[in-house]
Amino acid sequence: MTETTTALVPYEDATTRYDTVIGIEVHVELGTRSKMFCPAPAVFGEEANTSVSPVSLGLPGALPVVNEAAVEYAIRIGLALNCEIAETCRFARKNYFYPDIPKNYQISQYDEPIAHDGWLDVELEDGTVFRVEIERAHLEEDAGKNTHVGGSAGRIHGAEYSLVDYNRAGIPLVEIVTRPITGAGERAPEVARAYVQTLRDIFRALEVSEARMERGNVRADVNVSLRPAPDAPFGTRTETKNVNSFRSIERAVRFEVSRQAAVLDAGGSVTQETRHFHEDTGETTSGRVKSDSEDYRYFPEPDLVPLAPSREWVEEIRASLPELPAARRRRLQSEWGFADSQMRDVVNAGALDIIVETVAAGAPPAAARKWWMGELARTANERGVALAELPVTPAHVAELQSLVDAGRINDKLARQALEGVLAGEGTPSQVVESRGLEVVSDDGALLAAVDEALAAQPDVVEKIRSGNQGPVGAIIGAVMKATRGQADAARVRELVLQRVGEG
Amino acid sequence: MSAELPRRSAAELAALLASGETSSVELTQAHLDRIAAVDDAVAAFLHVDAEGALAAAAETDRRRAAGEELPELAGVPIAVKDVVVTKGLPTTAGSKILEGWVPPYDATLVERLRAAGLPILGKTNMDEFAMGSSTEFSAYGPTRNPWDLERIPGGSGGGSAAAVAAFEAPLAIGTDTGGSIRQPGAVTGTVGAKPTYGGISRYGLIAMASSLDQAGPVTRTVLDAALLHELIGGHDPRDATSLPDPLGPLAAAAREGATGELKGVRVGVVAELGGEGYQSGVRDRFAESIELLRGAGAEIVEVHCPSFEYALAAYYLIMPAEASSNLAKFDGMRFGLRVEPSDGPVTAERVMAATRGAGFGDEVKRRVILGTYALSAGYYDAYYGSAQKVRTLIQRDLATAFTQADVLVSPTAPTTAFRFGEKLDDPLAMYLNDVATIPANLAGIPGISVPNGLAEDGLPTGFQVLAPAREDARVYRVAAALETLLESTWGGSILDRAPELEVAP
Repeated sequence: MTETTTALVPYEDATTRYDTVIGIEVHVELGTRSKMFCPAPAVFGEEANTSVSPVSLGLPGALPVVNEAAVEYAIRIGLALNCEIAETCRFARKNYFYPDIPKNYQISQYDEPIAHDGWLDVELEDGTVFRVEIERAHLEEDAGKNTHVGGSAGRIHGAEYSLVDYNRAGIPLVEIVTRPITGAGERAPEVARAYVQTLRDIFRALEVSEARMERGNVRADVNVSLRPAPDAPFGTRTETKNVNSFRSIERAVRFEVSRQAAVLDAGGSVTQETRHFHEDTGETTSGRVKSDSEDYRYFPEPDLVPLAPSREWVEEIRASLPELPAARRRRLQSEWGFADSQMRDVVNAGALDIIVETVAAGAPPAAARKWWMGELARTANERGVALAELPVTPAHVAELQSLVDAGRINDKLARQALEGVLAGEGTPSQVVESRGLEVVSDDGALLAAVDEALAAQPDVVEKIRSGNQGPVGAIIGAVMKATRGQADAARVRELVLQRVGEG
Repeated sequence: MSAELPRRSAAELAALLASGETSSVELTQAHLDRIAAVDDAVAAFLHVDAEGALAAAAETDRRRAAGEELPELAGVPIAVKDVVVTKGLPTTAGSKILEGWVPPYDATLVERLRAAGLPILGKTNMDEFAMGSSTEFSAYGPTRNPWDLERIPGGSGGGSAAAVAAFEAPLAIGTDTGGSIRQPGAVTGTVGAKPTYGGISRYGLIAMASSLDQAGPVTRTVLDAALLHELIGGHDPRDATSLPDPLGPLAAAAREGATGELKGVRVGVVAELGGEGYQSGVRDRFAESIELLRGAGAEIVEVHCPSFEYALAAYYLIMPAEASSNLAKFDGMRFGLRVEPSDGPVTAERVMAATRGAGFGDEVKRRVILGTYALSAGYYDAYYGSAQKVRTLIQRDLATAFTQADVLVSPTAPTTAFRFGEKLDDPLAMYLNDVATIPANLAGIPGISVPNGLAEDGLPTGFQVLAPAREDARVYRVAAALETLLESTWGGSILDRAPELEVAP
C-alpha cells in the first residue's frame, strides 16, 4: 500500500528554496559465463535452483574462488570511469541473516575497493556536460531471489510462504558509488537519469553486461538530501532502493525533493531511511528506518587471498578498452557532418546505432537520419515501440534510399514503398515491384498521357506556344495525376515541350 | 592373520597388499571386525560404512589384480573426521544441527582418498564444529580414551585419535584449528600432524575458523603420517588459500629421520612453552626426549617467543570471530535441522532463531556470541584488529626463532588426558590445553605431535615439533628420529603399553 497523505511542495517551488544533493549507487550484473566465486553458470531465466553449486548454495565446506573474468570486467569498468585501480585489495564479509543470502554473509569489498577516485562526464539532453565524481567501484556477489506466495501483490507481508531461487546467488556484481553530486540544482533529477543512462551505455560498450534494466541487470539506489543553500552543510538523506528504469530514477528524485521540501517547510526533519519507489504512483514510501545503524560486522574474507592485479595486466586492459560512447558520438558526428542539434536529437531518440547500421548498409548519413528521425520515428511513436522494434531494418532503409538515388522512385513513392515494408509486404524492391510503384519513364506510355492532357487543355497549349513556360506545370500535374504519381516528372516536361513545339 | 592386521602400521599393511599377502577386502573386514568389537566402549565412530568400505576395498583389489599402478597406501582403510564432507555419507560435524544431512559432494581430500583406493571405514566423533579439546562437546556423546575409558581422548578430533589408538583404523583424517589433531595425538599416544596452512585443501572441510583450519593425518607412526600427507596434500584450485608449490619429499624425510641420526640439526626449545602449568611427568618426558635428540647429534638451543603470552587471547578472538560468520549458514533454510518456533508466527527469521537455538550446543553458542561481539562496530579494532596484530607479532617471533633453530620443540599438551567432566564447567581451563599448539595455527606453520612416553600417571605424553611454513619435511624428519630413539628406549611402540580393550562378544 502506498501512503496517500504525503505532503508535497511543487517541484519548481522546492528548488527555489532548497539545493538538492544526490548520490547514486549503481549495481551492474556482469555478463561472465560463470558466477563470482564458483563455476556454476551465470544465466537468466533458467528453472529455479538449477544454476547452482555447493558454493553458490552455501553448503557446509564449500569455498569461494575468485572469477578472473569478473575481476577483468571490474577493472574495465574502473578504467572507463577514470578510476585508480588498486594495486592490492581484499574481499570482506558483510554479515546479515536473510534467506536469499545462502551463507548469511555476502562476499563484498569494504574498505579496499578494486577501483576508486574516478569521474564520469554526463551529457544532458540539451548538450550540457555535467561531471560526476566516482568514489569507488567494487566487486561483490548477488543474492538469490525471494518470491512471496499468497497475500497481496507478491509482498512478504501477508504472504503464506516464500520461495527462494539461488540461480542469481553468486552472480558477479560491480557496485559503483558516486561522491555526493552537488551543483546540479533543479536539474538533479535529470543528472541522475543521465548518469545511469551513460553508465548503461558504457557497460554495453565495454561488453561487461547486457545491462538490461528490465531484467534487473542494472539497479540504482538513489540518495537525496536537501539543504537551504549550496554552501550549507548536507541535509539528512534518504535512500530510495532498486529504482529500475531511467524514467523512474528521474521521477524518484523529483518526488523526494518535493516530499522532503514539504517536511522541512513544516519545520520537521527528514528521517534517514530506506525508501521504496512505486512505479504506478511515482511516489516513494518509507521502508526500513536506518536508526538501528545496521552492523554488518565486516571483516576481511579469510577464504580468499588479496587481489593484486599486476600493473602490466591493468595496462593491457586499458589498451584493449573499446571506444567509449561519448568518444564514439564525437567521431560519428564529425564523420557524418551532423550539426550539434541534429546529433543530439539522434542520440536522444536512441537512433544512433540504427543509423550507424544503415550507413554501414550503404545509405548516405543524411538520408539515414532523414528516414529514421522522420517517417520511421513517427511510426514508432504511433505504435509505441522502439525504432529497432519496427519491422524495418537498416538494410531496408539503405535499399530504399538507393532506389531513390537511382531515380527508380521519387520521395513520394519511397514513402509508399516504406509503408509496404512496414506492412510486412517484403523488401523495398519487392514492394515497389508488387505495388507497381516504379517511376514510369517509358516514352510510349508517357506520350499517350501527355497527348491526352494537351488535348484536354488547348488554352494552356496556346500559352506555352506563345513562349510562357509557366503553365507547363499544369500539364505535368495532369500527367502525374493520370499516372498516379509514377511518371518521371523531368521526362514529362521534356515531352510536353517537345509536343508543343512540334504542333 | 587377519586378527593381527589391525595392529600393523599403514606402511606395513601397504607392503602386505603390494606383495599379495593380504587383500584390501580382508584388511577392511579385519578393521570393521575390530570396530564391532571395541567401538561400543570407545565410541570413536559416529557412522560406520561397512558396505561402502568393502565395496571400495573390492574395487581396489580388482584394480591391483588388473595390474594398475596404485599409490602406496591404496587399499589401506581410513577413518575420516566428521567435519569433512563425504558424498553419500552422513556428515554432522558433531552437531545436532546437521543431523541426517548427507552431503551431495566430496571434500577434495576425500576425492583424493577415493581416487587412491583407500576404503573409508566411517566418520569419527568430534567436539561440535571442532570446538573443544575433549569430545565432550559432541552432540552425540563423548569418545573414550582407549588408555583409560574414564578419560577424554582429546579434542576436537578425539574420535580419529581414539580410532587409531584402539586399532580400529590404521589411518585417520583430522583437522587442526588450534591443536585438534596434535593434542588428541598427545593424549592417546598417536601421531598427529598439522601441515603448513594451505598444504592440504580445505575444500569440503566444514569451517570453524578459515584462517586457522587445516586438515592433516592421524596415525600411529610418523612415516604413515608423511605418506598420508603426501597422498591428500598439494594444490587444489577450489581452495584459494591452497599453496601452489609442491609438498616436497615428506615420506623420504620420515625415512631419513628413522635412521635416528640428526647431526647438524638445530633444535630450539621454546622457553615459553614449558615449566609452570605443565604436569611434572610431561616435563620429565620432554627433558628426556631433548636428551635423546642431543644424543642423535642435534644441537639444542633455547629460543624465546615473548608474544606467545598473548597467543591464547588472540586465538580466542580470531577463532570465534571467523566461526560466528562461518556458522551463520546453519539456519534451517537449505539443509540440516529445521525447527519452527513453538508459538507465534512462522517467519524466516523466527525459524532461523529457533533452529539455531535448538541445533547448537552451549560451546558453539558461546563462541558465536563472543565472535559476533568481537566483530561488532566499535569493537572491531580493539578486538579483531588487535588480535591480528598479535598474530603478526607471533609470526615475527617465530621468524626470529627460526634463524636460531631449524625446528622448534615443546610438549604438545600441558597435561595428560583428564577425566570426563573435569574441565567442562571451566572454559578457560579447557582452552589452556591448546596453549602450546595454538601458535602454529596463528602463524600457519607445520607441527607434529609424536608420542614420547608415559607420565607418572601411566598416560601418554606428546612431543611437538614445529618448522617454518612449507618446511613440513623437517617436522617429519625430527619426529621420526625421536620415534626411532624412543622405540629403542622403551623397547617398542608406546602404544603397545596401552591396556587391552575388552572385546565385545
